Amino acid sequence: MMATRKPLDLTTLLEKARARAGAFLAERVGAMPNVASARTHRLAGRIAHAKAVPSVCAYCAVGCGTLAYVSPGGKLLDVEGNPESPVSGGHLCPKGSALFGLTVNEARWTTVKYRAPYGDRWEDRPLDWAMDRIAHLVKETREKTFVKVKNGKRVNHTLGIASLGGATFAIEENYLLGKLMHALGVVSIENQARI
Amino acid sequence: MANGFFTDTTLCIGCKACEVACKQWNELPSDGLAFTGMSYDNTLRLSGTTWRHVAFVEDREVGTTIVNRWSMMSDVCKHCTHAGCMEACPTGAIIRNEFGDVYIQPDVCNGCGYCVPSCPFGVVDLIEPFKPSAAKAAEYNTATLDRERLSEGALQSHGGIAGKCTLCYDRQRLGFTPACAKACPTESIQFGNVDDLKARARKRVERLRERGVDAQLYGVDETTSVGDLNAFFLLTQPPEHYNLPARPVLPSTHQPAGYAAAALAAAALAVAGLAIFRGR
Amino acid sequence: MPGLGTSFGRGGATTFLQDLQNADCILIEGSNFAEAHPVGFRFVTKAKERGAKIIHVDPRFTRTSALADLYVPLRSGTDIVFLGAIINWVLQNERDFREYVVAYTNASSLVSADFRDTEDLDGLFSGWNDFARDSGASAMAQQGAGGGRGESTYDTSTWQFERNPDGTLRRDETLTDPRCVYQILKRHFSRYTPRMVEDVCGTPRELFFEVCESLAANSCRERTTAFAYAVGWTQHTVGVQYIRTAAILQLLLGNVGRPGGGIMALRGHADIQGATDIATLYDLFPGYLPVPSIQRDEQTLAAYLKTNTKPTGWWNNFPKYFISMLKAFFGDAATAGNDYCFDYLPQLTGDHSTIPTTFAMKDGEVKGYFVIGQNPVTSGQNTELIAAAMDRLEWFVNVDAYENETSSFWKREGAQPGQIGTECFFIPAATILEKEGTVTNTNRMLQFHEKAVEPAGEAVSDAWLFYQLGKKLKALYANSTDPKDRPLLDLTWDYENDDERERLRGEPSVFKIMQEINGFQVATGAQLTGFAECKDDGSTACGGWIYSGVCPDKQTHRARNRRGDEYTSLDWGFAWPANRRMLYNRASADPAGRPWSERKKYVWWDESAQKWTGVDVPDFPANKAPSTPAKPGAAGMDAHSGADPFIMQLDGRGQIFVASGLKDGPLPAHYEPLASVIQNQLYKQQNNPTLREWDRSDNPYNGQVNPRYPYVLTTYRITELSGVYTRYIPWLAELQPEAFCEIDPELAVEKGLKNGDYATISTAVGEIEVRALVSGRMRPLRIAKGQRVHQIGLPYIFGNFGYTSGDTSGDVIPLAMDPNVSIHEAKTLTCDIRAGRRAPRGRVAQDDAVPEPERSRDGQPLIHGREAGV
Repeated sequence: MMATRKPLDLTTLLEKARARAGAFLAERVGAMPNVASARTHRLAGRIAHAKAVPSVCAYCAVGCGTLAYVSPGGKLLDVEGNPESPVSGGHLCPKGSALFGLTVNEARWTTVKYRAPYGDRWEDRPLDWAMDRIAHLVKETREKTFVKVKNGKRVNHTLGIASLGGATFAIEENYLLGKLMHALGVVSIENQARI
Repeated sequence: MANGFFTDTTLCIGCKACEVACKQWNELPSDGLAFTGMSYDNTLRLSGTTWRHVAFVEDREVGTTIVNRWSMMSDVCKHCTHAGCMEACPTGAIIRNEFGDVYIQPDVCNGCGYCVPSCPFGVVDLIEPFKPSAAKAAEYNTATLDRERLSEGALQSHGGIAGKCTLCYDRQRLGFTPACAKACPTESIQFGNVDDLKARARKRVERLRERGVDAQLYGVDETTSVGDLNAFFLLTQPPEHYNLPARPVLPSTHQPAGYAAAALAAAALAVAGLAIFRGR
Repeated sequence: MPGLGTSFGRGGATTFLQDLQNADCILIEGSNFAEAHPVGFRFVTKAKERGAKIIHVDPRFTRTSALADLYVPLRSGTDIVFLGAIINWVLQNERDFREYVVAYTNASSLVSADFRDTEDLDGLFSGWNDFARDSGASAMAQQGAGGGRGESTYDTSTWQFERNPDGTLRRDETLTDPRCVYQILKRHFSRYTPRMVEDVCGTPRELFFEVCESLAANSCRERTTAFAYAVGWTQHTVGVQYIRTAAILQLLLGNVGRPGGGIMALRGHADIQGATDIATLYDLFPGYLPVPSIQRDEQTLAAYLKTNTKPTGWWNNFPKYFISMLKAFFGDAATAGNDYCFDYLPQLTGDHSTIPTTFAMKDGEVKGYFVIGQNPVTSGQNTELIAAAMDRLEWFVNVDAYENETSSFWKREGAQPGQIGTECFFIPAATILEKEGTVTNTNRMLQFHEKAVEPAGEAVSDAWLFYQLGKKLKALYANSTDPKDRPLLDLTWDYENDDERERLRGEPSVFKIMQEINGFQVATGAQLTGFAECKDDGSTACGGWIYSGVCPDKQTHRARNRRGDEYTSLDWGFAWPANRRMLYNRASADPAGRPWSERKKYVWWDESAQKWTGVDVPDFPANKAPSTPAKPGAAGMDAHSGADPFIMQLDGRGQIFVASGLKDGPLPAHYEPLASVIQNQLYKQQNNPTLREWDRSDNPYNGQVNPRYPYVLTTYRITELSGVYTRYIPWLAELQPEAFCEIDPELAVEKGLKNGDYATISTAVGEIEVRALVSGRMRPLRIAKGQRVHQIGLPYIFGNFGYTSGDTSGDVIPLAMDPNVSIHEAKTLTCDIRAGRRAPRGRVAQDDAVPEPERSRDGQPLIHGREAGV
């Protein structure tokens, strides 16, 4: 027992001495503070002159309020929580904290791509061309698969076209999608919600 | 007085929002993609480019394999009262700023690395040099970094310097809360004037003890050579449990002994030299 | 959501996140709240700091459990036994909130003398028609596609309530009549005992009793208990009945419509509530109005309205909402003379939800497919079948911001692009910061997001895409005289942007779209101030009645309101219906209209002002006094008294017993999941008799209890990652870089698996390899006859694209679904596990010469995403 206690006491004594020495050195450093550079003098967060645009997080349905900071030139600088939101109080989870990286990301695809039947690669195509082609295909398939009457009952629908997705985009967009698809007679309209 | 962090581990849900918010604001790259198997911790430690790190500790029930307690703690630079890194810095790059925090000036730092072993907590680290202009973003996991601005940020010179938490010096200049504290969903990380935070923390400890929680503060009223920490913690387990030193030691406190040893060695050499010359 | 909808009247969460801080006890079950909704969880920690008891019941000890006061393990898929046993305990010990139960629930209603319970029929209710056995042919004729079994149904006529000669319900307010709901409930759950909880759930009884005592002690005039659940309760073949069990329990405890009470349904996506409300679902139009069906013989407007208009309660207004929607869709073309273009609407011929549609696609019936912001080849089940179904499409349009497993299904391991004839398009999507619009959160609250920056590159909003596609199709059909094209040609489609720059880009005005959803007077164009103004005579147009009031005049958009406060925040966003934050809040006052207690004051009757008042918008007719008697024989709201808080229901009460609206029973009964590790201990009936299954060679099942698959498998999300986009963000990818499974140390030893090793998980569907995370957070459970149950946890968010690596869980999950909402079963499965990596995915037979997929030296598979993504 004694053997273990003695060194302990010694350690404490040494530490006390070190603390005094540390304080002494710190005072010396304090007396001669290192100099702030010109950059340090200038330093200010990049959002100093940015516009804060209120938005909502893209991920879960808690619906945390966000603020997107945009430079006068229209460039996204930063995304963080909106402290005024009664739901989130300015806080965000890791995914929400990485919202900047969802929009600004080299891996993101920002061109229209086309993969021809039996092809083994994506190729860039103009947006207008793709839209025309898609509209043409929708019409062609609808014409081929539209059923007016089934078992003697009016059905006015096509089971040849289906649509999936909705929970990740806006209400107004869901409304347009649903309205258009129903007008075409498409009934296989679904999204992530199946509850 | 100084501004700092009070990190209350009893509120931490281990979500790592602090790690990400820090990287987003400070435009730090990912440290790599390695599955570690260490609970939910795949970043493992603070580094030159990871300035907040959430530790996960799984405690087993005695005599069984059952984990009935999962502690999480968001670690960060302590912004010590007596900062080893600042003492060791030979270029004057590390300063104590007007908010009382320890700040590495990236434009002054030459990457000598003397600060790295001088940190009693193993916080400061060198940022490996990297080339953000390279086309292979994935190689550096910097796909989200704003290339044009990198040279203005903490990663000046594209690494090759020392890095650690700045306590969001640039945000504080604007009156903003540091990114990690702002993001933290459960306010496990709180930012403010250190004296105010300490008062709040002491009350919190009292309340937790009333509820039977064995709470203690780490980095408050310290008798160690680093003194009180401007980023201090509320723990419910011994510090070692979270990989924190029980009694951090400022390396410079070894110096008096070191100088004495050097003097002795010099004297011995002198004596030996004399002996040699006398022998001729 | 019929679980909540049939019980209370509406499918949305009954409460809002901020109110959780007022709870005295919170039961989190079927949800990993802290991990999946971290910011919402701050109200749970606030409640805890105020002294509330936090209970987490879950197969795994998670980050939620770590913060809870009490963690209760259970075997996945047994929640009805656990909650049912609490119901039994509450009834046996008379711990129900009797005043609330008698006044606000249908506990006193008498059920038909012909009703037979699962107690009488060994796991079935009366009215069972086994079409599968008796008349397979007619069942096949009725179902959607894919040869699925499970069209057997209940005839619900014996489940109905008894009525007095004046049409009112027969009641026994002493709750002693053996045919009253209270007594039926007591008998029904009598076999759900603490012993059963141990035998079926594997939960130690002392933990069970602690939960019972905590709930009962915190449910009374002075105190309230809140429940929170998520997809841990829904993704089961009995999913709806899980929520029903919780609803019954909360009604018995008197917690619905009261502060700190209710049931918080935690939704997963930013607009998943909105996409249900303004439905992109096969069977619903906006505002929960059903799509007409030939199975219900809704060939005419009159027949359709007859089926869907309820004689009493708020749904008596149904025709106003439906006809106003037709006016919004078809404008001037919709007239009284042509039944407001009812004939334009497509009719359902079966279940056209995702899973049957996938089988139809595999069988060649579906030719063209739009997938927008969803990634079924990773987040779906039997993902190889989904991808193989897409191989058969003629064309496929993917709208997304990142290349993903679905967009490039033809690149998957084992696929040969040269044999896949699908013509594929990828339209780059604008992100939420690059467009404006409104999303509805899990509080039923609409919030508007402004446009912060221009879309990157050629990215477009989904609104732009559908608006322009609609214009192009209208132009293509412009000269058609075929009646089938009238719906498209008469469709109102004018949302030109007032901002010139946006108009030139073709971006529609989302404000105008929301104004149409809100509704307007046809004659003047004036906005409706709320759904109370909707008419059934064609004079109003309203695209989605439940949102009416969000744009009450031409300038106002209440989803843009941003003045919050510490609590209900009525000026932050807009909550449907009518900006009510807590539903059924009339129940926060006693039958006489006084708060149950000062501590739990919320909405009450102001006698002097003769109106309901409080901290929220009352979910009740504003001036209907508590003493107002119900008028026998009256229609609509007059049939309810001033003390009936559940206004959407026929009788104005919370439904403990559900006579209509559910396909698998008026009361919840425990059935084992489709694949289990044990026979059903409660009834002879093993599975939900009405579940839908497709037992085909491309969708094989493990079997009910198959010793080859001895372990329970459960899937879930983790905090750090969500869909494919998060896998492309390095800051997130480094936090969880590789797919893993969680297994208990005992099983690890048995299987020779060390922490971090590769493990292969297999089912009849296929096998996947993931890293093994060995942790005592996973605990083996002991169930009936001493059987040891190991549960394996498997996050479902991994896939081949992005910076993370690893197989997707969907490759081992078969397709099967619940009968009420066609939801898949992904939370309780069975599997086998072994140490080591899986074999490369099979190529077609003639292609043996093709080398196996390359792997780099360290054994990491080479990833399409990394090659293509950078």
